[in-house]
Amino acid sequence: MTEVVAPTTRAETLLQLDGISLSFGGVKAITDISFAVARGEICALIGPNGAGKSSLLNVINGVYRPQVGSVTFDGEVRRHMRPHHAAQRGIARTFQNIALFKGMTVLDNVLTGRNLKRRSTWVEQALRIGRAEREDDEQRSRAEDVIEFLHIQPWRETVVGKLPYGLQKRVELARALAAEPTLLLLDEPMAGMNAAEKRDMSRFIVDINREYGTTVVLIEHDIGVVMGISDHVVVLDYGRKIADGPPEEVRRNAEVIAAYLGTRH
Amino acid sequence: MLYTEAGQFSTTYRADRRVFRLRQDRIALGTLLAFAVAVVPLIGNDYWFSAILIPFLVLSLAGLGLNLLTGYAGQLSLGSAAFMAAGAFAAYNFNLRIEGLPLLVSFGLGGLVAALLSIVFGLPSLRIKGFYLIVSTLAAQFLIPWVLVKFGWFSNFNASGVITAPPLEIAGYDLSSPGGRYLLTLAVVIALAWLASNIVRSELGRNWMAVRDMDTAAAVIGISLPKAKLLAFGISGFYLGIAGSLWAFTYLGTVEPHGFDLARSFQVLFIIIIGGMGSILGNFLGAAFIVLFPLLLSNLAALLPVGLIDAGQLENIQKMVFGALIIAFLIREPDGLARLWQQFRARARRWPLRY
Ligand SMILES: Nc1ncnc2c1ncn2[C@@H]1O[C@H](COP(=O)(O)OP(=O)(O)OP(=O)(O)O)[C@@H](O)[C@H]1O
Ligand SMILES: [Mg+2]
Repeated sequence: MTEVVAPTTRAETLLQLDGISLSFGGVKAITDISFAVARGEICALIGPNGAGKSSLLNVINGVYRPQVGSVTFDGEVRRHMRPHHAAQRGIARTFQNIALFKGMTVLDNVLTGRNLKRRSTWVEQALRIGRAEREDDEQRSRAEDVIEFLHIQPWRETVVGKLPYGLQKRVELARALAAEPTLLLLDEPMAGMNAAEKRDMSRFIVDINREYGTTVVLIEHDIGVVMGISDHVVVLDYGRKIADGPPEEVRRNAEVIAAYLGTRH
Repeated sequence: MLYTEAGQFSTTYRADRRVFRLRQDRIALGTLLAFAVAVVPLIGNDYWFSAILIPFLVLSLAGLGLNLLTGYAGQLSLGSAAFMAAGAFAAYNFNLRIEGLPLLVSFGLGGLVAALLSIVFGLPSLRIKGFYLIVSTLAAQFLIPWVLVKFGWFSNFNASGVITAPPLEIAGYDLSSPGGRYLLTLAVVIALAWLASNIVRSELGRNWMAVRDMDTAAAVIGISLPKAKLLAFGISGFYLGIAGSLWAFTYLGTVEPHGFDLARSFQVLFIIIIGGMGSILGNFLGAAFIVLFPLLLSNLAALLPVGLIDAGQLENIQKMVFGALIIAFLIREPDGLARLWQQFRARARRWPLRY
């Protein structure tokens, strides 16, 4: 590890991790990791299995609390995030093992993604008074936009548990996107997909980034995809950061090649 | 082809949000309600009102209360009857101690007391799940009826602990006849079922299901788990409390803790298992089943030669068949009768086509 903060960040920093260390009992999942994500970029986290990538996403949105370090998001410095707070500040995510609400329809899953956009109380909604109905229409209309954007209209009323894997991944992205996030964390959005599905998913991610200006941090094992869509790559190995920079630069990095070719150091 | 959706499109989101999007469904429900409100009181006899229709309605409401908590929000409970008891006794005491308090207000206050207690016994759900939560609700099941028996104040120091419910009167109308009690029960159940169907389709209902299906993801999306869970306990308790008041006031005509024991809690649980978790209709199907099934069985037994099965045996057979059915439902159709009904409707929509 040579530099602490990515030197290439010309644009404004949206997310900054400083000296993050996380362990589970005796297992060190993350050791002293620092890096910055610029507003509007697509940042890829790569590394071999068990490198600590998912754990790092969990630190960013407060599912895990690091023992050391701090997280700065949108100008606010915190020792650690909390999931609820992270959601309120505009961080949405998908999970490595799909974490959809299996008993609910696609539409209901997407609507749930927008739960923080509600102003009316549950009493108003239960009695259907005041702003509740108008708000329902508005929520639905926004949810439909997302459903259309990700081409999942035909399955709107389908219970999510019955959909094939690839579609579930897309619905999970829809649910995250419905929250209109500033930062989107995607944990292996293309895992287990065939080439065509991967192409579609890459297209969606790039489109989201371009059209809504959403900053994306994604974990992906397919190096071809990573090099193709990301502006910035961070490489982890054994819980440490071993490279951080633009894709071309990282590709040439000897340590990265070693980690990927399996020459252990 | 009567049951066809051809030509029926929702052109607004509001129309699309309706529970019954098909015109035929709306007509059927309207007819059923009109029949229950206007025709049944004319043709029903006392036996039907007192032994079948009123307990059916009250148990449906109790099932609804538990279903909101367990079927929708995924929080297990074996304390339903305790909250029914709390509601019944609270309603009785409000009615007794506040001069001229309207009956429905007493019911409502009884429901609120049950809701508060339910929230208190739901507090452990913020820390624990599943099996351990059952233990907490079991504590309510033993504690609440015990307190009601132990402290005479709750039953106004009545020596037997069994109090006659006050006369049922609303706005000067006497509803003490079986038909009147039926109508009162029906009105309360219709209103609360309408409210429940709104709640489960609102943001709160979706949040409950999200917590039920995947609580980590729910938290990451910004749903407050404590709020969602405690509201589920509170609203469920409210429904159960009102069901308890109705049980005491319109069904039994007496207020007593003994009817609200663990067996009753299990009965309510069986209603939602048989009827269908996470379904409003399911509660009514499950309650109908649980009320009618014993009658059906004893009628069948009556057809057999005299002496082949005595009354004691009949009760045991009933329990065995029931147990077998519960297991069958849990294995074969975890979504209950409501699911079977849905499949039937789906077929009817396509009929006469096969698929
Ligand atoms: N909740 C947990 N409890 C205990 N150990 C954990 C937990 N989560 C992760 N770990 C450990 O932390 C290390 C890093 O795991 P992590 O899931 O972050 O890796 P990853 O880079 O996402 O790997 P993969 O590519 O397989 O998804 C592993 O050794 C893992 O066993
Ligand atoms: Mg991972």
